[in-house]
Amino acid sequence: MGDAGVDGARVGAFLTLMVEVARRSFRRASHYRLATAAGVFVNTVFGYLRASVLVFVAASSGGMVRGLSGSDLATYAFMSQGLIMVVGVFGDTELSDRIRTGDVVVDLYRPVDLQMWWLATWIGKAAFQAAARGIPPVVLGAIAFDLTWPDHWWLWLVFVVSVVLASVVGFTVRFCSALATFWLLDSRGIDQMVTFTVGFFAGMLLPLTLFPQWLETVARALPFASMVQLPIDIYLGTASGSEIVWTLAQQAGWCVALLGLGRVMMASATRKVVVQGG
Amino acid sequence: MSDQPAITLSDIGKTYVVRTKAGALRRHRNEVKAVDGVSFAVEAGEMVGYLGPNGAGKSTTIKMITGILTPTSGRLRVLGLKPVAQRRMLAKHIGVVFGQRSQLWWDLPLIDSFDLLHHVYATEPGRHKHNVAEFIDRLDLGEFLTTPVRQLSLGQRMRGELTAALLHDPELVVLDEPTIGLDVVSKHAVRTFLQDVNAQRGTTVLLTTHDLDDVEQLCKRMLIIDHGRVLLDQSVADFKKEHGTRRTLVVEFEHVVDPVQLAHATVARCEGPQQWLSFDRSVTTAAALISELAELHAIRDLSIDEPEIEDLVRGLYKS
Ligand SMILES: Nc1ncnc2c1ncn2[C@@H]1O[C@H](COP(=O)(O)OP(=O)(O)O)[C@@H](O)[C@H]1O
Ligand SMILES: [Mg+2]
Repeated sequence: MGDAGVDGARVGAFLTLMVEVARRSFRRASHYRLATAAGVFVNTVFGYLRASVLVFVAASSGGMVRGLSGSDLATYAFMSQGLIMVVGVFGDTELSDRIRTGDVVVDLYRPVDLQMWWLATWIGKAAFQAAARGIPPVVLGAIAFDLTWPDHWWLWLVFVVSVVLASVVGFTVRFCSALATFWLLDSRGIDQMVTFTVGFFAGMLLPLTLFPQWLETVARALPFASMVQLPIDIYLGTASGSEIVWTLAQQAGWCVALLGLGRVMMASATRKVVVQGG
Repeated sequence: MSDQPAITLSDIGKTYVVRTKAGALRRHRNEVKAVDGVSFAVEAGEMVGYLGPNGAGKSTTIKMITGILTPTSGRLRVLGLKPVAQRRMLAKHIGVVFGQRSQLWWDLPLIDSFDLLHHVYATEPGRHKHNVAEFIDRLDLGEFLTTPVRQLSLGQRMRGELTAALLHDPELVVLDEPTIGLDVVSKHAVRTFLQDVNAQRGTTVLLTTHDLDDVEQLCKRMLIIDHGRVLLDQSVADFKKEHGTRRTLVVEFEHVVDPVQLAHATVARCEGPQQWLSFDRSVTTAAALISELAELHAIRDLSIDEPEIEDLVRGLYKS
C-alpha cells in the first residue's frame, strides 16, 4: 500500500509538471498575435480555394464522389485547413534547431525525460493552435459554404479525442525527424521530405478517399493518415459504429509505436552525444 | 556524502574522434586529445577556479563532470555518483550554468521559468518561494522579472541563469565561463553572488574561466589547464605570491629614446616611442616607476597591463 502511495505521488508530480510545461508553451504560442492572424487568413483563403475545387468536382460528377457530397468535401477542405497547425503538417523546427546549435545539452541537464518534455511543449502549443487557428477557418468557411456538422453530440467528443491522438502522431513524426539532426547535422532536407510526405499521405492535398483505390489503401496503412484523414472521417460520419473504435485504435496504435521508435532513436542519439560530444 | 570529496577525477582522459572528408569516399580519422590525464579532487564546500586559454579542455572537463560526456579513460565520481550512468539522479543535486547557453524560456518572463523549475525539481513549495524571493533580492532581478527573456541584456540574463541553476538548492554548482562577455557591473554582481552562495549555503562551486580576475577575486584555490593537462593546482594566495605580482607598465614617450635603465624594472619590448616595462609589485610600485621615468624623459601616455591567461601559461611552461 505504501509503495502504491509513493508511486501515485510520483505520477501525480510528473503529470503536474507536464501540465505546467504545456501551459507555458500555450502562453508562449499566444504571444505571436500578428502571425496568428496572418495564419488564419492564409488558411481560410486556401480553404476557400480547395473547397471551391472540391465542390466543383462533386457537382460535375453528379453531386456525389465516392460517397461524399459537395458539402462533405467543402467541410473536409476547411477541417483539414484547421488541422494544419494542430497536428503540425509543416512541422516545427524548435527541437532540430536546439540540436543543431547544441542547446539540447541544456535539456539533458534536467531530471526530466526529454521526449515527455517535448511532447508537453507540443501539446501546449497545439492546444493554442486548435483554438486560434483551428476553429476560425471552419467558422469563416461556413459563411459561404454549406458545411456538414456531426450528427450526434457525442461525435464531437470522439472527434476531440481523435484530434488529440492526431496531434500526438504529428509530434512523434516530427520528433523522430528532428532527432535525425544528430546524425545529419542539418535537418532542412529531411524536414522538407517529411512535410511533403505528410502533405500527400495525411490527406492535405486531397482527401485520401479521392485517391485511386490502391493508393488510398497504401495511404491508410501509413501513420500519416492518422493526422488528418482519420479525425475528419469521424467528424463527417464516414467512419461510424465499430469503425469509430477501429479508427481511434489505429491512431492510438501509431502513437504508441512511434513514441516507441522515438525513444529508441533518443537513446541512440544520447549515446552518440555522450560518447562523441555532439 | 560529506566525508568524501564532492568531485574526484582520477587520471581522466577524453579523446574526440574527428572524421574529415578526404576525397569522394575516403575519410580521415583524426584524434583530438582534449583532456589528457587530469586528476584532482574538490572537497565539499570548496570554491575552485578552473582556468585556461581557449581550447584548453575546460568545457570538456565540465561536460564529463556533469554527465553528458563519457571519459575515454580514468575514474570519475561526483557526489558519490557515476555522472553518465546516473545522469538524471545527479541532475537533481547539481546546478549547471553555461555562459553561452540558456536554460530559460526565451519568450517568457524570468518568473515563469523559475516557477516551472519548482515542478521540475519537485522542490518543497515553501523552500522554493523563499529561494525565489532571496535571489530576486540579491541579484536585483525585480525590475525585469516580468520582461520576456529575449529582451534582457546579457548581464540580466546571466543573473537569471544563476538563479535558475540554484533554485533547487544544489549541493554543487558547475559554471562554464559564467562571466564571458559581461560588463564590469554584471561581472561584479555574478562574483559577489557566487561568493555569498558558497559562504552562506556551503554550496560547492567549480567554475571555468579564462579571466584571471574572476579567480583572484572569487576562489581560494585554482587549477590551470592547457592542452588537456593540469599545469598548476594551488591556493590563489600562493599563486599570487609566485606569479601574480608581475605587471607590465606600458609607457609612451614624447620621442623615440633608447631602452630605459631602471633598478627595479626591465624593458620587455620596445617599439618606436613605446616601451613595455616589466616589474614586480612586491618590490616596487607603478607610481615609483612613473616618477623615475618622468625624470628621464617626457611622457605622453601610460597604462598598466593586467596579465593575460595566455601569458601566464607561457610563463608556467618556462619555469
Ligand atoms: N565535440 C567535439 N569534437 C571534436 N573536438 C572537440 C569537440 N569539443 C571540443 N573539441 C576540441 O577539444 C579541445 C578542447 O575543447 P574545449 O574543452 O571546448 O576547450 P575550452 O572549453 O577550454 O575552450 C579543443 O581543441 C576543441 O577543438
Ligand atoms: Mg569552453
